[in-house]
Amino acid sequence: MLEARELAATRGDTTLFSNLGFTLAPGALLRVTGANGSGKTSLLRALCGLLAPAAGEVRWNGENIRALREEYWKHLAYVGHADALKGDLTVLENLVFACALAGLDIPVTRARAALESFGLSGREQLPTRALSQGQRRRAALARLAVSEAQPLWILDEPFAALDAQAVERVQLLAGEHIARGGMVVLTTHQEARIKAPSATDISLDRR
Amino acid sequence: MTAILRSVIRRDLLLAWRRRSDVATAVLFFVIVTSLFPLGIGPEPNLLREIASGVIWVAALLACMLSLTRMFESDHADGALDQMLVAAAPLGAIVIARVFAHWLVSGLPLVVLSPLLALQFDLPPELVGVLVLSLLLGTPVLSLVGAIGAALTLGLRGGGVLLALLVLPLYVPVLIIGAGALDATAAGLSALPHFLLLAAMLVLAGAFAPWAIAAALRISAE
Repeated sequence: MLEARELAATRGDTTLFSNLGFTLAPGALLRVTGANGSGKTSLLRALCGLLAPAAGEVRWNGENIRALREEYWKHLAYVGHADALKGDLTVLENLVFACALAGLDIPVTRARAALESFGLSGREQLPTRALSQGQRRRAALARLAVSEAQPLWILDEPFAALDAQAVERVQLLAGEHIARGGMVVLTTHQEARIKAPSATDISLDRR
Repeated sequence: MTAILRSVIRRDLLLAWRRRSDVATAVLFFVIVTSLFPLGIGPEPNLLREIASGVIWVAALLACMLSLTRMFESDHADGALDQMLVAAAPLGAIVIARVFAHWLVSGLPLVVLSPLLALQFDLPPELVGVLVLSLLLGTPVLSLVGAIGAALTLGLRGGGVLLALLVLPLYVPVLIIGAGALDATAAGLSALPHFLLLAAMLVLAGAFAPWAIAAALRISAE
């Protein structure tokens, strides 16, 4: 269970958001919306533990994530707005390494299957710098197809640069993950159609 | 956790292999700088023998600096560093793996090449052994201490120059003791105290640098 209490973040002198709280139970979805620059990425980075919030805390199963560290990150699959792909490594090498960092030891056949499900079959051995923006996004998101063991997914703008088919694929994966008791946090500008019994929306726009 | 560290080392070596020209630049820089001295100073064997250790050590420091700027830069820019910060293994351990990979790629070649370069300075064989051993103990310290600077200057404008200003003074003790090992041997003394001091520095840097690098990386990500 992920819990945010009285969370606040600032950039320079401006307060992005303050007194933000929510509870995300297993099998729930959290959508974060807001205009550009409203602090969506900052909120997600605070939830990941990459950014120290200006006030408040994030708790995972009742404990502060900044104290839990690896015990928390073990349960987390984070796809940031940067793709975290090395241009000199192949698509397959990038995926296997991303999984290895998260502590997942996946066989190559599974990695290939994950890439295939994202429409990247035949491109596994290409260096990622040879891919288009959308294909790189697909390659980064392909790890979700093998991340079912990690209960918490935090996705920053997962649909950016994706075509309709890939968006559909990500929504399906997120829906499946929620159905098996996972938690998904995402930011998006598009209408996300993810099947979730309980969905919360947080808007960071100033009211 | 060892599986994670193995893949980190594997990844860094693979990246170095795919960008071998970057690696070759630093190594060739080392070779050329050390070769310029005998050419510039002239073929006076006694003088060359005397300056050999200093020249080779200084060139090694500068060659190490060249490769440091690349250590975290691209990972910082493309988001790969964020993934390491939220990895399932402690960041300190990942940092050790990365520094080790950096040393394999940019420190070890200098150690291996040094006997060849020592020929230009007419170093006697027993001194070549001392030189190699001192570099073998000293270059990992350069990688460890340099990585602190690389992490601290991450994402700063003019980071490269700042990195040199920050790190080179910290290299001074390694330089003095590393180069001093040869002078001691040449003077008929034992180089053992120098080796022990270098080993102590390596242990100290190995114990504390990963912690400092990890803290600096976390700050740079915020």
